[in-house]
Amino acid sequence: MLPEVNVYWYVALSAVLFTIGTLGVLLRRNALILFMSVELMLNAANLLFVAFARFLGDLEGQVLVFFVITVAAAEVAVGLALVVAIFRTKHSTNIDEINLLKG
Amino acid sequence: MIHPIAFVILAAIAVAAALGMLLSRNAVHSALYLVLNFVTIAVFYLVLNAPFIAMVQITVYAGAIVVLFLFVIMLLGAERLRGQSDVRGGERFHQIAAIILSLGLIGTLAYLLLTGSAASSGTEAVATLDSSPQALGRTLFQSYVFPFEVTGILLLASIAGVVIFGHNRRRERGDNASGS
Repeated sequence: MLPEVNVYWYVALSAVLFTIGTLGVLLRRNALILFMSVELMLNAANLLFVAFARFLGDLEGQVLVFFVITVAAAEVAVGLALVVAIFRTKHSTNIDEINLLKG
Repeated sequence: MIHPIAFVILAAIAVAAALGMLLSRNAVHSALYLVLNFVTIAVFYLVLNAPFIAMVQITVYAGAIVVLFLFVIMLLGAERLRGQSDVRGGERFHQIAAIILSLGLIGTLAYLLLTGSAASSGTEAVATLDSSPQALGRTLFQSYVFPFEVTGILLLASIAGVVIFGHNRRRERGDNASGS
């Protein structure tokens, strides 16, 4: 008999997705991929919010997901505008080449 | 409740899409793998008795945010990293991976919809939790009015920031100089 899916399955999945997002931030040097990895981490957190809202029978977890989605959208808009502005001067999206403050 | 095998298949698709996002050398491929990951998580939201969040996830994340990513990638022409070729096998590998992952997603989603698991007709008490948009809006505007207002200010600030960053001051000055 198969075990029933409980909240720990979702916690494990969320942890794996969050770890992949963290690896993306740490390993990749393309600023755009970095932002995508941050989105992945936010999504892992959202999945956990919804899973706990379901298993605790509380709607407030789903309300918090709205705020996370809003902040993520604003963050992506500002971040991509920054990437475009940096690309105009450096002609690169590699974050290792963004070192103008180093003197 | 979702069947354990369906959960494992969906989780495998989500993790594989995340790994594809992480490992592919072409930024456009990364964005498309990200769409697959978002849609898979939207299916999880459906199973978890959050249909409205699932729709918001698809429209905002898979719609707006990834389209913004693709616009910027193509605007900058930064889809290929310098001096690095794509993963071995190139386009062929991505075609096969995309077909397998999307067929798995569609098959599992069809199974969930046909057996009614997505409607979450469990026997336990928490399954009767009202998660309609009306109930969500009532909770949002009764307990979270102040955070809602703060979110509005955040969006306003981000609009101002994007306009300031996106404004190309140098080109404008150059136009004036050449015109005078």
